[in-house]
Amino acid sequence: MKPAPFEYVKPSSVDDALTVLTEGADDTQPIAGGQSLTATLNMRLSAPVRLVDLNGLEELRGITDAGGVVRIGALTRYRDLEQSDLVADHLPLIKKTLPLIAHPAIRNRGTLGGSIAFADPAAEMPACVTALNGAIEITGLNGVRKVAAGDFFKGLYETDLQSGELITAIELPKAAPGSRFAIQEFARRHGDYAMAGLVAAAQVDGATVSDIALVFFAMGGTPVAASSAAAKIAGKAIDADAIASAQAALDDDLDPFDDTQCSAAMKKHLARVLTDRVLTELAGG
Amino acid sequence: MTETARLPEVEVSLTVNGERVTRRIEPRMTLVDFLRLELELTGSHVGCEHGVCGACTVRVDDEIVRGCLMFAVQADGTNVVTIEGLADGGSEDDLLEAFRERNAVQCGFCTPGMVMTASDLLARYPSASRDEIREFLSGNYCRCTGYQAIVDAIEKVSQSRAGGGR
Repeated sequence: MKPAPFEYVKPSSVDDALTVLTEGADDTQPIAGGQSLTATLNMRLSAPVRLVDLNGLEELRGITDAGGVVRIGALTRYRDLEQSDLVADHLPLIKKTLPLIAHPAIRNRGTLGGSIAFADPAAEMPACVTALNGAIEITGLNGVRKVAAGDFFKGLYETDLQSGELITAIELPKAAPGSRFAIQEFARRHGDYAMAGLVAAAQVDGATVSDIALVFFAMGGTPVAASSAAAKIAGKAIDADAIASAQAALDDDLDPFDDTQCSAAMKKHLARVLTDRVLTELAGG
Repeated sequence: MTETARLPEVEVSLTVNGERVTRRIEPRMTLVDFLRLELELTGSHVGCEHGVCGACTVRVDDEIVRGCLMFAVQADGTNVVTIEGLADGGSEDDLLEAFRERNAVQCGFCTPGMVMTASDLLARYPSASRDEIREFLSGNYCRCTGYQAIVDAIEKVSQSRAGGGR
């Protein structure tokens, strides 16, 4: 299908973009990499009156060392992340995750900010940013605010982002010494949206795990933190008993719904398999 | 959604296969439709129109992209290469020949996208393994399921280029 007609605006500064977005309110849609949005426009799942193309805003593109965190401009493309030494050195989870995101031709255009703003429940980056306790920098005409990733994702395709605001950056804490990360997903084809996926971040001291976050994706409307399962692992070594007790706790954490990819029952089954694999990966270093 | 009146057209100017082109178009026209309908470069194919199949793969400023997930207006000022430009350029003759020789072309619908992607793969990862070739091509569907032959063809080119640039 072809998109419905729209007006096209390409601002040259963030301020100009915010002004157009604020004046246009709900009829106006920003477009970043467009790798999800253009598909929804083509299918007429959305039909904004006006499209505000952010791709001219170079100020939103770039990866910088900001002390304890790596600051990633919202318009930074996956391809930029793949090529970044800062990401390779300080964000091993992101580095590990990038090859799972779609395909090279899509990673050349898709942006981190776009993925966070779109908040597809089956996408990897919202879960990674949540597991890493990242912060989302949001800019509006009234100023800048920062929201913890855990508070940003509100519901199915629903976020804390208000009309007239843009995500301008994502800040991710650098990996601490002794931290380990794992990600696993099931997808029908490499790069497709996941049927179920799990991200883990933990501190491992000797064999003992602390500060563990387990965050599922494609397991509900938002990234789902499995805090009961994580509590079964915290303070312990990862062995078969610990993995089994984490799996048993998943029922308290997860309440997935059927989607076009698989049923809720299958998702819960896959969650158990993922828990085993991810914890085994963490244990392996 | 309720607006049916034609919105103002916009002017785009870009380089396609080495030639400067300027057209007035509706902003909603995707890059692949622009190439096919305005420039009659019908080598880039329109399959799924939502970024899944890869048949519309073209190169924009030296990076492969989905022609259906970019609007032509967004390509203003860029340098676009399509399968026609790639084939005429001569640099990928060995790849085209390998596809033909190995019968990596069945119905042919996916072929332009496959070749665009394979060309990018060979440039970026000249010594890719079969698994890496498969992973790189994962965004391109062949519904004849001729993948084995396609991977064979690309692997052969990779080996022959490494062995003396033939």
